[in-house]
Amino acid sequence: MTGAATPEPPVEGPRTRLGRLGDFFDKRLGLARLARAALDKIFPDQWSFLLGEIALYSFVILVGTGIFLALFFTAGQTTVTYDGSYAPLQGVEMSAAYQSALDLSFDVRAGLFFRQMHHWAALIFMAAIIVHMMRVFFTGAFRRPREINWVIGLSLFLLAFANGFAGYSLLDDQLSGTGLRIGNAAVISIPLVGTWIGSFLFGGDFPGDAIIGRLYSLHILVIPLLIAVLLAAHLTILIRHKHTHFPGKGARDDNVVGQRLWPTYTAKALGLFFITAGVLALMAGLLQINPIWLYGPFDIANVSSASQPDWYVGWLEGALRVMPNWTLSIFGYEIPNPFWGGVLLPGVTFSILYAWPWIEARLSGDRREHHVLDRPRDRPLRTALGVAVLVFYTVLGLAGADDVIAVAFGLSLNAWVWALRVGCIVLPIASAFITFRVCKELQLRDGPAPATGQRAPGGVTPAGDAGGDEAASSDPVPGPAVEPLERLDEAKTPVP
Amino acid sequence: MTDVDTTEPAGPAPPGGSQAPVAAAFIVAIAGGAGLAVTYALGGQNQLEGLCLALALGGIGTGVVMWSKRFMPVRYESEPRAPLQSTPEERAAFEADLAAGGGTFQRRRLLTWLLGGGLGFLGLASIFPIASLGPNPVPGLKSTPYRKATDDPDGLRLVDESGNPIHHTEPNVNGVITAFPEGSVGDEQAQTLVIHLREPMREPLPGQEDWGIKLSVDGSETEIIAISKVCVHAGCPVGLFEEQSQLMLCPCHQSTFDLMEHARPVFGPASRPLPQLPIDLDDDGYIVARGDFAEPVGPGFWDMYK
Ligand code: HEM
Ligand code: FES
Repeated sequence: MTGAATPEPPVEGPRTRLGRLGDFFDKRLGLARLARAALDKIFPDQWSFLLGEIALYSFVILVGTGIFLALFFTAGQTTVTYDGSYAPLQGVEMSAAYQSALDLSFDVRAGLFFRQMHHWAALIFMAAIIVHMMRVFFTGAFRRPREINWVIGLSLFLLAFANGFAGYSLLDDQLSGTGLRIGNAAVISIPLVGTWIGSFLFGGDFPGDAIIGRLYSLHILVIPLLIAVLLAAHLTILIRHKHTHFPGKGARDDNVVGQRLWPTYTAKALGLFFITAGVLALMAGLLQINPIWLYGPFDIANVSSASQPDWYVGWLEGALRVMPNWTLSIFGYEIPNPFWGGVLLPGVTFSILYAWPWIEARLSGDRREHHVLDRPRDRPLRTALGVAVLVFYTVLGLAGADDVIAVAFGLSLNAWVWALRVGCIVLPIASAFITFRVCKELQLRDGPAPATGQRAPGGVTPAGDAGGDEAASSDPVPGPAVEPLERLDEAKTPVP
Repeated sequence: MTDVDTTEPAGPAPPGGSQAPVAAAFIVAIAGGAGLAVTYALGGQNQLEGLCLALALGGIGTGVVMWSKRFMPVRYESEPRAPLQSTPEERAAFEADLAAGGGTFQRRRLLTWLLGGGLGFLGLASIFPIASLGPNPVPGLKSTPYRKATDDPDGLRLVDESGNPIHHTEPNVNGVITAFPEGSVGDEQAQTLVIHLREPMREPLPGQEDWGIKLSVDGSETEIIAISKVCVHAGCPVGLFEEQSQLMLCPCHQSTFDLMEHARPVFGPASRPLPQLPIDLDDDGYIVARGDFAEPVGPGFWDMYK
């Protein structure tokens, strides 16, 4: 700018303290303009859109409780003799890590509470992510232009999974040691490079003396940081795309129908955060989780039978259990059994999931931009496929606890494992078939989904409609082009 | 299109209603927060901490949600979505600007190549620190400290978890002891099961018929054998012995090994026998190893037989 500075018009100074603060920032950052746009952003409100929010809030709580734990936790494998206040373990030799986790549980005020809240938040975090993913899948929200966010979302899932596993492996109790032992076996089963990866992870053979420290830097720094960065990208892209919305209420592919962020939606979101945190606090107080003092310190020669991993790892455990004892020899080289369930299955699963938006576009030939969601019944094939996959992994999850279930119901373990082997093939197929029929039935009963305006291929709106927010407005203070819809609150979209 | 008017929402008015429940929720929150402070100051108690914090957070949460449901406008509005894609003109302008600034790379070919080379080698060099993370894995996976016994005519004593040598009279019939090679107690790969079978192994592997110690107890023939304790499936310590059927069970994925038939897997995902250790008695009647296990122990890997 070379022109002479324009003299500031005499404005009345802000009177309140808050006003002065706002004035300070606005003069330096032009905040009012940005903030107003944020306040007026339109959010479609539908309960299933809250699932992602619950995941976000759980992450916030994980970071908060995790910071408290990190102030006391020691990630060391040096041997110490326990002399804390839990009598049954007094005088027992254990690692420094396990000892500090015991101290957190018995000798740090509110330490047990924070441990349990951290662990419950991890379980809820995973659950919320998975259900959120299911919502996105079954409603077709991953279609163009949201493929990138589908990929980021899956990566977030994997990172959360890894961090959960790393988290409960830190404590160096009997259970976590068993989990690491099996994880190590899966890693070294990888052809060609497996043993090298195993050695690089563990600093040598299992168990070594490096793994807890390494997991710790991954758990509290590297992975949370990656999650935070990807979350930021996830949400930025979400804002760029604007939300999807369900058909009805005048929802079209070239508009977004909902309520403004301020104040109603803000209040609901804030309320949901506090309620999520409140429920986690209640669980942390009343429901015991991971009572490591009962498992004892890790000892290579011991394993507590009926040891169960966290729920979201159960399907991997189950896959290892129901897999028949096949191995493959190629010119004297071996592909050992844990490879199938522990590496190949997750590898294939996630490759297909990552590629799904493109696979589906290829199969359906539909590469257009979509902002109106599908009702699951209107895409019976996709819905049936999704249900089959969920049933498959649920059966594997049950298989992960097969010994516990067999004992509880007095079944022969042998017969039960065979039932699971058959079940994980038959049940998905059967449920896919039933789902498909139900979808068709629902379509017949309820008729077609409300019509939606389709944007022309290529994502370019027909002439005259283009121009976006600013051009359409004739306000003295240009605001977002928002049209009130009439009495839409009565026509709440039926939950599909 | 007008600005938001907070006093008079354009849509249907909020349902309204009594303010009392909202107030009650916030009062519960205040009480919960105060209770938490007191609990904490008095030394803390897990259940109370959870309850108080849940009241504090839940009170705020439900209060705010009730507030929004009762007193905040319910108004559905529609906002246009601008197309995401840039217009052809915008793209052309971008490409032109990019080319204009990037021309220097075309003009200075040599420098561009050298810069690329520098960056490339830097990238290559940055891979090498990975090698600091761990040693060459294979030797440790293929042998155990029992290998010392191979060249020692006296063999290598087996010791229990406290380091005491194991006399052949120690394991009772059907008894199981976890053992290690002397000097390597706690070694993951070398954990061994010393088992006193109530009759000699029916089907030893060819060439391993004399790897156990045949005994005579109360007139009947028995045998002490030593096998690897590391499950050949995924490495858990195999530890549940079913006396009746002389089966050894791994608690992790229920692989089951028949001790009468050279610890062959009969159920579950394990695909080979638990490797056997050749043992004998020294002059004092203690159990010694005569060599290393027959095969690599524990979970399999790519070049385990190479
Ligand atoms: C994606 C986010 C995270 C997940 C899923 C997660 C999960 C877990 C789990 C399941 C445990 C075992 C808890 C137990 O039973 O005691 C754990 C432990 C731990 N976490 Fe996290 N965590 C996350 C983020 C963090 C962050 C950001 C920090 C620190 C800044 C942290 C610090 C710790 C510490 C110090 C422990 C061990 C102490 C203990 O539990 O006794 N975590 N984590
Ligand atoms: S580790 Fe023994 S059965 Fe899997």
